Amino acid sequence: MATVMPEAAVFQGLSWNPLTDVQQLFTYPFMVNALAAGTIVAVMAGVTGWFMVLRRQTFAGHTLSVIAFPGAAAASLAGLPLAVGYFGFCGLGALALAGIAGSRRSLSAESAAIGALQALALALGFLFVTLYHGVLNGLDSLLFGTFLGITTQQVVVLLAVAAAAVGLVAIAARPLFFASVDADVARAGGVPVSALGFGFLLVLGLSVAETSQITGALLVFALLVTPAATAHQLTARPALGIALSVALALAVTWLGLALAYFSIYPVGFYITSLSFGLYVLVRLGRALGRRRRATARLALRAA
Amino acid sequence: MTAMATSLRPDTGSRKGAAVTFDGAAVRLRGRTIWSDVSLTVAEAAFVAVLGPNGAGKSTLIKAILGLLPLAAGTASVLGRQPGVAKGRIGYLPQRHGFDSGTRIRGVDLVQLGLDGTRWGIPLPGSPSRKRDAARVAEVIELVGATTYARRPIGELSGGEQQRLLIAQALVRRPRLLLLDEPLDSLDLPNQAAVAALVRRICEEEQVAVLLVAHDINPIIGYLDRVIYLAGGGAIEGAPEEVITSETLSRLYGAPIEVLHASDSRLVVVGQPEAPFVHGDRHA
Repeated sequence: MATVMPEAAVFQGLSWNPLTDVQQLFTYPFMVNALAAGTIVAVMAGVTGWFMVLRRQTFAGHTLSVIAFPGAAAASLAGLPLAVGYFGFCGLGALALAGIAGSRRSLSAESAAIGALQALALALGFLFVTLYHGVLNGLDSLLFGTFLGITTQQVVVLLAVAAAAVGLVAIAARPLFFASVDADVARAGGVPVSALGFGFLLVLGLSVAETSQITGALLVFALLVTPAATAHQLTARPALGIALSVALALAVTWLGLALAYFSIYPVGFYITSLSFGLYVLVRLGRALGRRRRATARLALRAA
Repeated sequence: MTAMATSLRPDTGSRKGAAVTFDGAAVRLRGRTIWSDVSLTVAEAAFVAVLGPNGAGKSTLIKAILGLLPLAAGTASVLGRQPGVAKGRIGYLPQRHGFDSGTRIRGVDLVQLGLDGTRWGIPLPGSPSRKRDAARVAEVIELVGATTYARRPIGELSGGEQQRLLIAQALVRRPRLLLLDEPLDSLDLPNQAAVAALVRRICEEEQVAVLLVAHDINPIIGYLDRVIYLAGGGAIEGAPEEVITSETLSRLYGAPIEVLHASDSRLVVVGQPEAPFVHGDRHA
């Protein structure tokens, strides 16, 4: 029975009994690994994404995610594990971005340089895919994500990297917040602003490399930016904001994985659509709230 | 230049009790001398304005006091130490153009950063140190009169409200010296006067020396103890009515300057050369 039921379960799809459906999700080791990996990645992306949005470094984050693509393609080409390519290229990309930020003369020159780096990364990725004679298995999943075939070993690596990165952010939380909000005052007070900026880019590189492994290189933003941006809309309190960012990233990841499991559509699509939907809802809600408050003020003045 | 840089009258505070002392100081930036042979003393708990045309090195003076820029010549003492040593006892508000309306940070968190923004790690919620910090933050916000709007995102506040919260942030660690770089810059006239009055009150109640960089002396002249006027690569320090005179400023600029007293008791400085003159490499 135990050997037959799970096989059938996959093809049964949704039973519409929540308890059975959730049980189904945990039937296969691949799905357990996917949920574990998704959870780790969501926590890390929620924390680092909140700081990235605060620091207005989403363009740098996006560039790192584009750099993840040639990393994965190069790893495939060399016959190495994908994670090596992701971490290696994102780490190098973070160093390059830190170099650009360190030598910046103006903000526009900086974003232009980052854009140039992004184009180079995409071109390199395309080159590696072509060198692979165009039959790189799972090009789609490199770009748009997959939750199939995540091994227990991969989960352990994800956990170790995420724990280190989140730990570093926690230790540096207040000086990093200070440097992000008010760099001049922070520097005058003795905060190592430049070193923190460099360290944060490295942590961001690690986060992008991790997130790419679930959402694919092009949909990293669904976990790294959208939940964090939604959290910033919902609250201006820092601790609550980070908690919300993590909670939203977790919610869309779990729901996205579950939906992908029960349907034929890819997981990247679900995670992206869910987080985008949440973001739109929150922005609409805030706009409506503002209008209602404005109307109330007008009514008060008229009375 | 020596005559111009010396104090016009003996300082009220003794040298030992001074918050800031410069002696024959000079700063060079990228091979250009910004000012040189500057000697001045800021007494404890004095309210001093730093005035002068654009490019005269007003912000440079603040950065030299903070120890962010090294002196090319001369000596400096800040709170009895080398510049840059007594960071924890200096409150600093840099020149800025306000937070844009999208900034989602509460004023109270910004003030809190002034207190614990340099500490590593995360404090446990509900710990005694955290409660102490929160009490101090509330106290200093009350002092600047920002209690009603401190919990709103700072981007939604007016320039004057933002400036009060930033002054609270600079004050939260009970500094002995407060450096305010153009805090009145983006404010309308009533707000300029209100913030100047607030700084005067803080100066007396908290016994903190204040250096306030300003463009226009008129909104603050009634509250000041002393003036440091930077121009022409040098500086003059003294009481406002002694420094802001045709003779003193002409000597400082090395060109004829006229100080007019308008009927509403406002001062108008006429004939000051434009910034390129000030940038001239007279001391190189």
